[in-house]
Amino acid sequence: MSTEPTSPPVEGAAHFVRAAFSNVSFVTGFATTVLIAAMALVSFMWTPYDITLISIADKQLTPSVQHLFGTDHFGRDILSMIMVGARNSIAVAFVAVGIGIGVGVPLGCWAAARGGWIDEVLMRFNDLVFAFPALLSAIMITAIFGPGAVNAIIAIGIFNVPVFARVARAGAMALWPREYILAARASGKSATLITIEHILPNIASILLVQATIQFALGILAEAGLSYLGLGAQPPMTSWGRMLFDAQTRMMGAPHLAIFPGLAIVVTVLGLNLLGDGLRDVLDPRLRRAR
Amino acid sequence: MKFIVPVLAAAAIALASGTALAQPRTDLVLGVVLEPPHLDPTAGAAAAIDEIVYANVFEGLTRIGPSGEVLPALSESWEISDDGLTYTFKLHEGVTFHDGAPFTSADVVFSLDRARAEDSTNAQKGLFAAIESVEATDPATVTVTLSRPQGGFLYNMGWGDAVIVSEASAGTNTENPVGTGPFRFESWARGSSIVLVKNPDYWGDEVALERAEFRIIPDAAAAVPAMLSGDIQAFPMFPPDAYEQVQGDPRFEVVIGSTEGETLLSMNNGREPFDNVEVRRAISYAVNRDEVIAGASNGLGTPIGSHFSPANAAYVDLTGTYPYDPERAKELLAEAGLADGFSATIKLPPPPYARQGGEIIAAQLRQVGINLEIQPVEWADWLSTVFTDKDYDLTIISHTEPNDIDIYSRPDYYFDYQNPAFNEVIAELDVTADEAQRNELYGQAQEILAEDAPVVFLFQLPKVGVWDAKLEGLWENMPVQANDLTKVHWTE
Amino acid sequence: MTLFLLKRIAIGLVTLLVASMIVFSVMEILPGDPARLMLGMNATPEALDALREQMGLNAPVVERYISWAGGMLTGDFGRSFTYRAPVIDLIAERAVVSVPLALIALTLSTAIAIPVGIFAAARRGKLGDTVSMGTAQIGVAIPNFWFALLLIYVFAVWLRLVPAGGFPGWSGGVWPGLKALILPSIALALPQAAILARVTRSAMLEVLGEDYIRTARAKGMPRRKVLWRHALRNAMIPVLTILGLQFAFLLAGTIIIENVFYIPGLGRLVFQAITQRDLIVVEGVIMLLVASVILVNILVDVAYALVDPRLRARS
Repeated sequence: MSTEPTSPPVEGAAHFVRAAFSNVSFVTGFATTVLIAAMALVSFMWTPYDITLISIADKQLTPSVQHLFGTDHFGRDILSMIMVGARNSIAVAFVAVGIGIGVGVPLGCWAAARGGWIDEVLMRFNDLVFAFPALLSAIMITAIFGPGAVNAIIAIGIFNVPVFARVARAGAMALWPREYILAARASGKSATLITIEHILPNIASILLVQATIQFALGILAEAGLSYLGLGAQPPMTSWGRMLFDAQTRMMGAPHLAIFPGLAIVVTVLGLNLLGDGLRDVLDPRLRRAR
Repeated sequence: MKFIVPVLAAAAIALASGTALAQPRTDLVLGVVLEPPHLDPTAGAAAAIDEIVYANVFEGLTRIGPSGEVLPALSESWEISDDGLTYTFKLHEGVTFHDGAPFTSADVVFSLDRARAEDSTNAQKGLFAAIESVEATDPATVTVTLSRPQGGFLYNMGWGDAVIVSEASAGTNTENPVGTGPFRFESWARGSSIVLVKNPDYWGDEVALERAEFRIIPDAAAAVPAMLSGDIQAFPMFPPDAYEQVQGDPRFEVVIGSTEGETLLSMNNGREPFDNVEVRRAISYAVNRDEVIAGASNGLGTPIGSHFSPANAAYVDLTGTYPYDPERAKELLAEAGLADGFSATIKLPPPPYARQGGEIIAAQLRQVGINLEIQPVEWADWLSTVFTDKDYDLTIISHTEPNDIDIYSRPDYYFDYQNPAFNEVIAELDVTADEAQRNELYGQAQEILAEDAPVVFLFQLPKVGVWDAKLEGLWENMPVQANDLTKVHWTE
Repeated sequence: MTLFLLKRIAIGLVTLLVASMIVFSVMEILPGDPARLMLGMNATPEALDALREQMGLNAPVVERYISWAGGMLTGDFGRSFTYRAPVIDLIAERAVVSVPLALIALTLSTAIAIPVGIFAAARRGKLGDTVSMGTAQIGVAIPNFWFALLLIYVFAVWLRLVPAGGFPGWSGGVWPGLKALILPSIALALPQAAILARVTRSAMLEVLGEDYIRTARAKGMPRRKVLWRHALRNAMIPVLTILGLQFAFLLAGTIIIENVFYIPGLGRLVFQAITQRDLIVVEGVIMLLVASVILVNILVDVAYALVDPRLRARS
């Protein structure tokens, strides 16, 4: 950590955009993410086929012009299902990240601002949550409240809380001793106000980077839970759910598993590239090193 | 992949020339879906227990054969008094338990008394309900007196829950089962496999297998590669959804058999709107049974129109009672004052037939305006909330107990179905021993149920058995939950 | 250092106590009756009650917590409801599969990731860096169970080189056991290796940008020597953190992989126990896992202190 007193690096939006779009990772990741998000949005208005209609006679058709990705065990169009599934996979990961930020960041900032025993208790609480194997705890949560998208969100969201709390706390801790913060304190501003005015804008970039990482992990976690049958429930679908349905039929009809699997890989890859690109662009230290 | 073929072909030739002299194999690895919680069939309902030990390790007075017939087992013959109340069993002599203890009439008295005792944890205490007393007349004869005639008594004594255990080992059978069967228990690596070995001192016909391993493969997805890679050589309850991946493969014998599992869309008859027979009939019309069978059992299930196995002599074909007719369903709903449809929940236990069947039925009922919210539940949850507390609207479940049409007459059963006329038929059945009369009564019972539609009758659960083409003697059907290995042998 | 260690241990014990309360309360609200599950659909109420009494489920909650927690202190984890065997024996049987699996996967991932990470850092911006980090990006994005399925079909079903799953136990020799663990450990290790390689690379880059490295380079120390002697040692800190987290993950996070390969490990034991409402097994395994995570974290902290004298001085 560099310790030289600096004023907050406020940068022009134009500068940021120029830097971002000359970064290969960022551009690739951004394009992929926008594409997937667009696909999910389009699915609200239009999909090639209605996925709520079951037509067993057309089951497990291999990819063709009518069905680009083929059909599943109920004769539903896999492309349409991937489009609709994107909604769920994205929504679960998105809200879970939201929970993590909404709860974790205030906690982390509070711990950093107060220090002392509050900091200690909060961080020990963090350790406690970390000590529970995440997937196992998610399974328990769905065992109690029943499987479903909402409970998957809660289960994944809970484990985002300590992650964001830790990141926010570390970022804020590094800022508190700085001169401009000390000056703000001397002028009588409250800790809350300082956090809102000075700390949050400065840790926003690391939080954003962390958010893309957790988003990607959320998609994988949703896939894992759904693969165990604990995530999205029919007639809703998700990519993990599609893999769950495909697993017993994979030998005879590999396309059932290949397309949703690829959808996951591409999305997570896109998000990670986006995160990497963002970090390169937003983190002045790394930029200096380059 | 090309280079593999010649290598395998060469290996096959080498093997073929070698096997002409070799003895047939005597070992078998058999895949089972569920791991038994323990190995005492008299202390738990888990079918997984019987799938390991029934007929292999433990034997009863009688046993159920491959077609569901009652065969003699530890009792070589029996006599029934004219009033149907006294059964005299003649026992085989020279039989010993695996621990060396001799088998005598005292063991029969002990086993039956233990099963029907006050503090017994036998899961099927009902089987013994009619027994008034069990007496050992001499070391090789047992007399059982019933309090009322019971048509199915000999059948009941063939259940896994009624096997004969020795007093000395009864307490430890959960971990180290000691029976009289042709195989003895060797080892159990929990979560992995259970091994049985041949019992050299068996009283009956010698078995061909020296060693049988039951490999536990709970995940349907894992069953396919395990079979295809040759890790296991038989999978008697292969997941039906994976059927296409082994069918047509010359290495395997794929046999579609029947089970005693009537698969139902159960409705809570005590709850609105399912208390209205018109609504239940509407749902019956709205369900496209063929599509459910195609989607939930890979087209392998046999359609049923009432609660009876098509394999049974007393079966009446009632599948035409409610043909698929969504228009008729809508009319009936309108007559019941539900023209705009309604919403309900459907709770689905873990088996694929339930989960997939539920998905299909939800899509079908949506067409007539009934919106189902799908709630998958674990077994434990299903048993307490649905089965015990009757807290459900709809559910899908296969009733795998044989000959269990009487469940509709049970006062507190989870269907909450009440029909005095039906109960009378069942009561009469219980005291009727004459075969023709019984079949007639069974027919009446089936018709009442079809008419009243307390549930939607879907299909008879298929049993997809897959085994190595060189293996013979496994059961094709599953009249009881068992993997009887006594006749299993390799042809080369 | 001793004080630091004592403090960490004390905190660990408190965490464990709180965790035990959480685990126990969660189990209490889990719907479903284990006795009913064991006796099935035809069980009579008397039989159910007899079994519940036998399993000790009829006692008050607090009493049961105290006897459970107290038992654990003396190493008695209770008896499994379904298996009717001591929980500690069940855990031991599974641990001899899970621990080697986790260790093999961890070794494999470390052996791949650290050289790749260093290599990428050393060749920063060049083709080697781009290719290896691009591969790592894909590795991070692949769901491991999906990867596992692909492995099974290629290596077990097509090539028949290894078993498709299952575990023969160690009694038949080390090799059959290891053979069964090859695919699962690869499936587990590769995504972990991808993460670790990225962490190693960025940690190396960070260290390489530090002043003292530049000084060393300026003094004319050979590049390779700088890389190995100075940079690697300091870059180990974040790498160790990730390793610690990964070990904990591998011990229990293998539930899905254990299901795919039907390996009788701890993950599957606990997953099965949850569905069968074998509460006491779930409680025991989770407590053990939580304890091992805490222990690993303490060890990582100690390792930090050993690697970085500055951290040692501060505490």
